[in-house]
Amino acid sequence: MSALYSLLAVLALVAAGLEGGRTGAGRDALTLIVPYAAFTIFLAGFCVRVLRWAWAPVPFHIPTTCGQQKSLPWIRQAKVDNPSSKWGVLARMAAEILLFRSLFRNNRARMAEKRLILGESKFLWLGALAFHWALLLILLRHLRLFIQPVPAWVNGLERLDGFLQIGAPQLYISDVILLAALAYLLYRRFRDPAVRYISLFTDYFALFLLLAIAVSGVLMRYFVRVDVLSVKQFALSLAAFRPVDLRALSPLFLAHLLLVCTLAAYLPFSKLMHMGGIFLSPTRNLANDSRRKRHINPWNYPVKKHTYAEWEEEFHDKLVAAGIPLEDEDAGKAHTD
Amino acid sequence: MQEKLIQIEQEPPRGDWRDPHVEFHKGAMCYSAAAKNLTYLGLPNPRTWQPTDSNWKLPPDWKKIILAGMKERLKKYRSFRLFMDICVRCGACADKCQFYLGSADPKNMPVARAELMRSIYRRYFTLTGRIFGSLAGGRELTEDVIKEWYSYYYQCTECRRCSVYCPYGIDTAEITMMGRELLTLIGCNINWVMEPVANCYRTGNHLGIQPHGFKDSIDFAANEASEITGLKIEAPINRKGAEVLFVMPSADYFATPHYYTLLGYLMLFHQIGLDYTVSAYASEGGNFGFFASHELMKRLNAKIYDEAKRLGVKWILGGECGHMWRVLHQYMDTMNGPADFLEVPVSPFTGTVFENARSTKMVHICEFTADLIHHGKLKLDPSRNDHWRVTYHDSCNPARGMGLLEEPRYILHQVSRRFHEMPENTIREQTFCCGSGAGLGTDENLEVRLRGGFPRANAVRYVKQKHGVNLLTCICAIDKATLPTLLEYWVPGVEVGGVHELVGNALVMTGEKERTTDLRGEPLASAALPASGEMEAVHA
Ligand code: SF4
Ligand code: SF4
Repeated sequence: MSALYSLLAVLALVAAGLEGGRTGAGRDALTLIVPYAAFTIFLAGFCVRVLRWAWAPVPFHIPTTCGQQKSLPWIRQAKVDNPSSKWGVLARMAAEILLFRSLFRNNRARMAEKRLILGESKFLWLGALAFHWALLLILLRHLRLFIQPVPAWVNGLERLDGFLQIGAPQLYISDVILLAALAYLLYRRFRDPAVRYISLFTDYFALFLLLAIAVSGVLMRYFVRVDVLSVKQFALSLAAFRPVDLRALSPLFLAHLLLVCTLAAYLPFSKLMHMGGIFLSPTRNLANDSRRKRHINPWNYPVKKHTYAEWEEEFHDKLVAAGIPLEDEDAGKAHTD
Repeated sequence: MQEKLIQIEQEPPRGDWRDPHVEFHKGAMCYSAAAKNLTYLGLPNPRTWQPTDSNWKLPPDWKKIILAGMKERLKKYRSFRLFMDICVRCGACADKCQFYLGSADPKNMPVARAELMRSIYRRYFTLTGRIFGSLAGGRELTEDVIKEWYSYYYQCTECRRCSVYCPYGIDTAEITMMGRELLTLIGCNINWVMEPVANCYRTGNHLGIQPHGFKDSIDFAANEASEITGLKIEAPINRKGAEVLFVMPSADYFATPHYYTLLGYLMLFHQIGLDYTVSAYASEGGNFGFFASHELMKRLNAKIYDEAKRLGVKWILGGECGHMWRVLHQYMDTMNGPADFLEVPVSPFTGTVFENARSTKMVHICEFTADLIHHGKLKLDPSRNDHWRVTYHDSCNPARGMGLLEEPRYILHQVSRRFHEMPENTIREQTFCCGSGAGLGTDENLEVRLRGGFPRANAVRYVKQKHGVNLLTCICAIDKATLPTLLEYWVPGVEVGGVHELVGNALVMTGEKERTTDLRGEPLASAALPASGEMEAVHA
């Protein structure tokens, strides 16, 4: 049900993008208002969310340790999976963010003849990693639309991305990978009963939205010609805060634009915020050194305790009968010892 | 019962998880906390009730209390707010939880367990949830939700296995802890947690053993250790001026097979001549407060530093216990420190400075013993453990909340000659829980425990069949209390023991009489088998 609703929502967006350009007012909205509104919401929303996390204190030192601790000098420590220094934490975070270290551990449990078998399962890791890297590459490639002259490294990236040299316009591998990875992630969400069980509207919506963006982008590049020059002109004008409306922008481009804006505006309200959140995760970004250095809890408060004195008073006779030293007696004894 | 339970299958989950309806049935739930325990601790809403009742007698403004409690915790814990926000429901954690694997109940998937809370968070604390309600993944907070929380937050052992696999490190244990704190605010606790907490608060230990009883047990153990070795072994109690305060979980002096581990400690301390004391006031290393709320954890934990200060010791040594070490390693110093009245721990025998415990001043017994062995301070005869084929179960907390993985293994390799690891993805940081931690280890909850313990037992069965393993060692009091039941059910013929039990067996003590039995009174294999030349102790 949520899958259907989210698909409909995305299709409605596509339709709005394709049709919206027909009237002058719609055009203005799509090219002038929506991009800035979306960008503002994105920036403000993203900052608010991140700041809210950042402002919440980390009262306790709770890294999840995934390897040997640093203890005795002759025992080999897992410096990355159980870091004890800043550098170790940096390495661990880099491995998480760039390589999806934890996802790489994934395995799959199944029952076979009353036995639990844990098998390899790297597809989720591969799919997720491929998707994120391809997306990053594509985003960076888009910089050519916003910067004039195009920086050399962007050109370099493009050459790298198109190294297969297939077709004209040249096929970018990142496009293929992105589509394939998205398709896999979507397939998995439908196919794996456990994942389907927990999936919400937002999960499907994000996937459909990304897929629609990717498909519209691919269509524009390889199948339905768009006037790249006017797109660039438009993008540059947007970036310079002097937006010009160009009649030459095609409906397909407008749909692509609307979808991207939706994604940007939706991002701060969604789980897609994980891109900012991962940096702050206290089970990953703390060094496992809580016995070596005291971690401070800013709101640590005194609690009611059952003190030794109260305890001794309550059990006084039993302590004496059992011959367990009392506080006072013992002080005297320690003196004579 | 085995036939019924053994049909563990991962069936495709059906239904909508947002339907909060749960049914409680005997054998698979924990009983409610007795009113007297809540009253003693000054906790809200003490009353007589059971989860099976339709009316839970919640306070009239329970909803307000829960929402205010959530709001407060969202402000105080970054972990809570972050983990509410960033889950992408990728499902990587789903089949990592032993309770899901053993029950096939989809709400036992860590992600679903967390969604039970997230759905409320989204509905009441996010803009989209307030506007779009269920379309944004929110749902109403009703009494049924409270019942559902009670059911599923008490089917999680806070083992953190899910957190190892989550790409963002989302720790469902953290969410369970918040869930239990919120339930504490309206008096929905389980007795297996609250009775130990109340006991510990009053007498100093979970079992409610009063000082004279404590002394009896310790003396009894010291006597038995003396009898086994023919030496005069003593265990000082509340002795001021000792160098080291030794704190162990109370089960060590009151339950078997823990008790053999205690014998092992006492023999080790005697042999090396450690200047130590135990305390009848701080007679509990474990901390069931941890299973109810951060505040209760702190109230119980405070005794250890207070007592160390009063006795004037230099540093603290801690025994074999899992969740005890999570608290000592990750919470104690923050909550009840700084321990500036203690000194940085130094082993009096090897001179090793325990830099890793520079601030807490508390050392794990496995770190201590491994260091002794490494420096050749112990004479060991591993052949005395030849009747055991040994494997090692990493307890969740030392593994995933500390990283104490190699120290116990090093010791085991030195004290036994027949050691076999379980499969790689069921040990170390990937270890499966015993299924009875975090207060779930009660008999009325046996079905949940046996199901949750199944993945662990399954791995034990593997090494039993492959290598003939007959002893599962571990360094956790809850493991030692609950794994025997688990193994008897799933893998009969495998016993449970502690690492220092095997140390006690292998330890060659000065002036001791010849040993013919192990600490359990079982005949030694070497007594029956011809002695072999290369049975000399191996020192690294
Ligand atoms: S692995 Fe982490 S992000 Fe994925 S479903 Fe589980 S908790 Fe959520
Ligand atoms: S902490 Fe352990 S018991 Fe709890 S949900 Fe995670 S894996 Fe399951």
